[in-house]
Amino acid sequence: MKRSRKREKKISAIRLYRRYVGIHIRSTMQYKTSFLLTTVGQFIFSFNVLIGITFLFNRFHQVADFTYSEVLICYAIVLMEFALAEMFGRGFDLFSGMVKHGEFDRVLVRPRNEILQVLGSKFELSRIGRMFQAVIVFIYGLLTADIDWNRWKVMTVVLMLIGGSLLFAGIFMIQAGMCFFTLEGLEFMNILTDAAREYGKYPVSIYGKPVLLFCTFLVPYALIQYYPLLVILGRTARLWYSFLPLAAAMFLIPCLLFWRFGVRCYRSSGS
Amino acid sequence: MITVNNISKTYKVAKRNAGFLEACRNLFHRDYEEIRALDHVSFQINDGEMIGYIGPNGAGKSTTIKVLSGILTPDEGTCEVNGCIPWKNRVAYVKDIGVVFGQRSQLWWDVPVIDSFELLKDIYSIPKETYQMNLEELTELLNLSELLKTPARQLSLGQRMRCEIAASLLHSPRLLFLDEPTIGLDAVSKLAVRDFILRLNQTHRTTVILTTHDMQDIEALTNRILLIGKGRILLDGSPQDLRQGYRTMDEAVAALYREYAI
Amino acid sequence: MKKYLSFFRMRFLTGLQYRAAAAAGIATQFAWGFLEILVYRAFYQADAAAFPMEFSAVVNYIWLQQALLALFVPWLMETEIFSAIVDGNVAYELCRPVHIYHMWFARLLAHRISSALLRCAPILFISLFLPAPYGLTLPTDPLTGILFLLTLILGTLITVSIGVVIYICCFFTISAQGIRIFYSAACELLAGQIVPLPFMPDVIRRVLEILPFASMQNVPLRVFSGDLCGHQLVWAIALQLFWLAVLMAAGWRFAVHAETRIVVQGG
Repeated sequence: MKRSRKREKKISAIRLYRRYVGIHIRSTMQYKTSFLLTTVGQFIFSFNVLIGITFLFNRFHQVADFTYSEVLICYAIVLMEFALAEMFGRGFDLFSGMVKHGEFDRVLVRPRNEILQVLGSKFELSRIGRMFQAVIVFIYGLLTADIDWNRWKVMTVVLMLIGGSLLFAGIFMIQAGMCFFTLEGLEFMNILTDAAREYGKYPVSIYGKPVLLFCTFLVPYALIQYYPLLVILGRTARLWYSFLPLAAAMFLIPCLLFWRFGVRCYRSSGS
Repeated sequence: MITVNNISKTYKVAKRNAGFLEACRNLFHRDYEEIRALDHVSFQINDGEMIGYIGPNGAGKSTTIKVLSGILTPDEGTCEVNGCIPWKNRVAYVKDIGVVFGQRSQLWWDVPVIDSFELLKDIYSIPKETYQMNLEELTELLNLSELLKTPARQLSLGQRMRCEIAASLLHSPRLLFLDEPTIGLDAVSKLAVRDFILRLNQTHRTTVILTTHDMQDIEALTNRILLIGKGRILLDGSPQDLRQGYRTMDEAVAALYREYAI
Repeated sequence: MKKYLSFFRMRFLTGLQYRAAAAAGIATQFAWGFLEILVYRAFYQADAAAFPMEFSAVVNYIWLQQALLALFVPWLMETEIFSAIVDGNVAYELCRPVHIYHMWFARLLAHRISSALLRCAPILFISLFLPAPYGLTLPTDPLTGILFLLTLILGTLITVSIGVVIYICCFFTISAQGIRIFYSAACELLAGQIVPLPFMPDVIRRVLEILPFASMQNVPLRVFSGDLCGHQLVWAIALQLFWLAVLMAAGWRFAVHAETRIVVQGG
């Protein structure tokens, strides 16, 4: 009895989210030119990054034992992870606006989970511009890199995409949680979002030991990128590295708790 | 039934001064000021009452509304609405209330109004039959049939407010908060909105708490006024009591504000 | 002159109001600069012989790019001006006793200089004290310093004059957003903000060095560490002067043309 109630609740949550997405897509289509331009913009700004990598490899041929094709695979996977997180989790990324304009009050007077409502408040379809590029680059990397594909490696890629997008979503959540305490100076979170995407184009190990340690134990970027990548490229015998993205996804838990804490403070201080 | 008992709430606000030197100084140091938004506020509202909640800007009106609608937790005091404590068990509580923030829209800007309504149906998990019935009733009373297919951004302010009110009532709440529902409306729309609220109260016995600066709204709709100033309830009585000896309601209220120096 | 200074004062004061934003911006730029240096270190370790500049010159380039970001970054524009053009409120600007070209030029310049001033000092200061290969190294002779300042001023003026041309372009298109996106993306790459020009393949580099984009940050940032010197430097300064003259003249003509269009069509 209780279980079926729970299931019903889940179904209704999914239906509600789908309804939100439907409204966003219809709204976006009201401004077709703008949508098209943003999508193309997403594509060409990522394209600039790709050109940068190409220029450097044209001169140096490899970096820290990674070849051009291998770096492209890394870049494409991180870009996909980020694009997915942004497409679905943008509501948290843009949350400061919601607090500033008092729209979060509206969320609180509605009988639904706050997280679901914030997720539903934004759906960024234009991120398919980035996604599109990432897929093309990924395919190019696949064709040119010397990799023996097997089921295990395919699974690793899938786990990377899941773990990576959840990790980025968690960081958006921390950023949103901070909006409850201050609306100023949140730009610094861009080190953990945009910079991580931008510099995630290279395997984390090229930045040296301290950065690798930071990205392994503090904010687990290396777990969604460097370690599983080693499995894909056949550079390590430790096949369990493939599951590290799931560990990275656990990062979402403290993020969630922090956000909940923020909501509690907001409701008791009303900042 | 709403019972509010000795509720208090204090905010901390950063001071910011004008001028170049001050701005430089603020880089390093910032002063905070404590503001008592609510200072031991108590009152009681019975089911089916319509209350006018008035007071100058910054008197604590919206803080009270936020506490009653479960958004804010007060520092001290108790409050019970329909047997629930608003800030505890938020999700269960807010199913039964409707809120119209006059200055902020809850309709989605770029899609037809009916799409926003359908979304609300899912948000409040309103059963199909109830939704259909309420939608029909609201469409008729608020004259929405022409508007439902229009995107909200193309509506006039008056048309939009009618849709906003309908949006807040789709789930048949027992308690409705109206925050400046007639702000910026033309005479025709104002009258339409007032008529509708009166009818709603008569037919469904919905409790209505109305905050406004428009004294005509108060006179037309309510038979009880709560006046708040500097976080305290200063007066609780009927519009007739308040108006005694003055030509208009506005004069009476202005005189009161002066008397209490708020 | 006074009215132009007041744009600057307004901007600076608004900037000061947002102290936390400035602090956050500095922290961010610092992190980006740091990671960028680590990327080049990795490539340096991979093949030092293929490095087209001294490693220290690259480090200087990166720190200066971060510190002076607001002077050169293409997307820094005034959104109010864009929206004024799109919704037709620009007609009010024409009522002011200042020509729109001068006014927009002054506003954009003020915007860029004030943002840069607020942010550059901490980054420069900290990067000066970083350990040897990763820190900023000052030029050894005063002449380089003077030439750096000169090319910096010219580069900034060129960036602003292109910016104003972009504003005016919006009079003639339906979508200001499109122009901004394409200009920002192109400028970012062509000006050497993604990869410094010396790192690009030779053929491409030789073409890019003639374009106005190379006269923006590329020249001053490389003059600073002596990477650009001798007759190459003279040539670069001459090109800067040439492009500044061309862009300002074109912008002015363009603005006059746009103005008559507004008067005739009523926005």
